[in-house]
Amino acid sequence: MAGPVIQTIDLTKVYPMGEYSITALNRVSLTFERGEFAGLVGPSGSGKTTFLNIVGTLDTPTSGQAIIMGTEISALSPLEAAGLRRQHIGFIFQTFNLFPVYTVYENVEFPLLLLGLPPVERRRRVMEALEWVRLADRARSRPTQLSGGQSQRVAIARAIVKKPAIVIADEPTANLDAENSYNILDIMRELNQELSITFLFATHDEKVIRYLRRKITLFDGRVAKDEILETAATPPPVT
Amino acid sequence: MKVLLKLAIRNLIAAGLRTWLNVIVLSLTFVVIIAAQGLFRGMGDQAARASIDYEFGGGQFWHPAYDPYDPLTIQDAHGLIPAELKPLIAAGQATPILVIQGTLYPQGRFLPVLIKGIDPSQKILSIPSEFLAASAAESEGESWPAEFTTSEKATGAYERMRIPDEIPAIIGTRMAATARLSVGDTVILRWRDSRGAFDARPVRIVHIFRTIVQSVDAGQVWIPLRVLQEMAGMPGEATVVTLAPGAASPPGNIPAAAGGWVYRDLRYLLRDIDQLVAAKTAGSATVYVILLFMSLLAIFDTQVLNIFHRIREIGTLVALGLTRRQVVLLFTLEGTLHAVLAAVLAAIYGYPLLSAFASHGWKMPEAFDSFGIALGERLMPVFTGGIIIGTVILILSLTAIISFWPARRLSRMRPTDALRGKLQ
Ligand SMILES: Nc1ncnc2c1ncn2[C@@H]1O[C@H](COP(=O)(O)OP(=O)(O)OP(=O)(O)O)[C@@H](O)[C@H]1O
Ligand SMILES: [Mg+2]
Repeated sequence: MAGPVIQTIDLTKVYPMGEYSITALNRVSLTFERGEFAGLVGPSGSGKTTFLNIVGTLDTPTSGQAIIMGTEISALSPLEAAGLRRQHIGFIFQTFNLFPVYTVYENVEFPLLLLGLPPVERRRRVMEALEWVRLADRARSRPTQLSGGQSQRVAIARAIVKKPAIVIADEPTANLDAENSYNILDIMRELNQELSITFLFATHDEKVIRYLRRKITLFDGRVAKDEILETAATPPPVT
Repeated sequence: MKVLLKLAIRNLIAAGLRTWLNVIVLSLTFVVIIAAQGLFRGMGDQAARASIDYEFGGGQFWHPAYDPYDPLTIQDAHGLIPAELKPLIAAGQATPILVIQGTLYPQGRFLPVLIKGIDPSQKILSIPSEFLAASAAESEGESWPAEFTTSEKATGAYERMRIPDEIPAIIGTRMAATARLSVGDTVILRWRDSRGAFDARPVRIVHIFRTIVQSVDAGQVWIPLRVLQEMAGMPGEATVVTLAPGAASPPGNIPAAAGGWVYRDLRYLLRDIDQLVAAKTAGSATVYVILLFMSLLAIFDTQVLNIFHRIREIGTLVALGLTRRQVVLLFTLEGTLHAVLAAVLAAIYGYPLLSAFASHGWKMPEAFDSFGIALGERLMPVFTGGIIIGTVILILSLTAIISFWPARRLSRMRPTDALRGKLQ
């Protein structure tokens, strides 16, 4: 589709806290085009997670607009918002959040079940996604039998199996060691390039920042800096 | 939604032991409730059947003054049998019964009784009235017509007779026990005739019958109708006319108020039994209400724990594209499926168990006669589709409610909080 995948205009989020209130986002206006590999950085409490949640339609702004895939989200009903997430948005969490009772295969299949794809198509796509994250041989394992790195790779497969326009990843490496962090960053960059999925991170992690092609620094709920990093393509020094 | 159902089933099975414990307890509840309901249904059916056999036949016509609940009306509750009913009686399709009050004097005590006159040749009720005829024939060489001739039955033109010196009587086992009478005993019976004059005569117990119907036994003395009519000075009269079992209701071509008599159909006559069974069923519910409560509590507990432990998973479900309502539905389904599994399990082991129960019945302890409802020696439970379906619907809906209850708060949760593992 033409136009930006994400556009926010004066996005503001205020949490009332009794007598005073916390402004988590203060008139944030940002635009993300298809295929970006961008990250929000900034000190703790600067509003990174808040921004991702609103863009992911899990939260609503106090004022301002968020236009996702051409739709202004505050106008959406819960069902329509859920449809938008189902179709266009993948999530990767710091804590992996796999369904413990499902196998790896079933975890990855889940978004396709929600989309109502036929079984043959589901199977093809699940195996393809597992190939991307190099876990096709672990399809029948349970999440409890996987390492952290493997779990996060399953989560990536689950996020991209429906080929969404946007993947939102809040601190995806925070629970991983260096090797696993680089591993999943490699995979995500590959997916970003091959499938031109827009990746939007929130992170403190230098390793992640190294991979970013665009780094947005938030401070006190405002955009402090928005820079394109030309050096991003540099492969990481795997030790 | 199919996906949610699939998901719910998977989650449930994955929960393993916990699920199965819930399911086993709930299936037990199913079986116990159905067994108890079946037992009471069987009780009611048995009591109704016995009452039809011994007392109500296929419905009754009552003398307008007759009220079985008011003993004071008995004095006036007699009258000539309506002409419309006579053809039925002649054809053996109905039998008249006359009821008057009297007093029995066994061994110096006195017992108020109802004296009931019954046609010894009747085949409509299971009261063994034939003993009255047989003994009448052999009584002291003195012959008196205990039975009516067909023409007498049809026309009501009765031949007067002399009251026998010793009146043959049959009584039930309860009456025999109260009066301490055995077969062959004689006892003085006193009554008041239609003109208010008292008279007394010995009666000889010619037979003692056993029935579960207390209302034809306790406090009752059965003698030949013809003799009673003569004793009471009420020739050709009766109090009720009982129709043969299976009679049309209302009986064809007989006006519902024949000769001013009131037609009482079986539903009316059996309503006491129905009420009693309903009361007994409700009274005994305590046991399975506790069982039901416990199993529902276990499911409720599971639901609450699940929602608490799986809050991150719930947030993830929303992130992946479920609405909060769908999450509520998912958890409600998960909880309710316990009842579905329990129903299946209950069917697997409960069916053979309850079938065996239904065919062997339940041997009642002697003490159960005082239970307030007439019971046979062996109670056969009756499991109707209504009982089974009703129980399944009851448990399913209660489980659905109890599953929905804790899940309902998820419709207000903030998915962002859920993802952080917080439930506000
Ligand atoms: N549910 C909430 N209620 C009240 N205040 C909140 C809530 N969520 C976030 N905040 C506040 O909003 C501000 C921004 O929070 P946010 O989680 O977006 O920060 P962040 O940049 O993601 O921080 P971190 O790097 O620590 O994850 C913080 O001051 C936080 O305390
Ligand atoms: Mg954060």
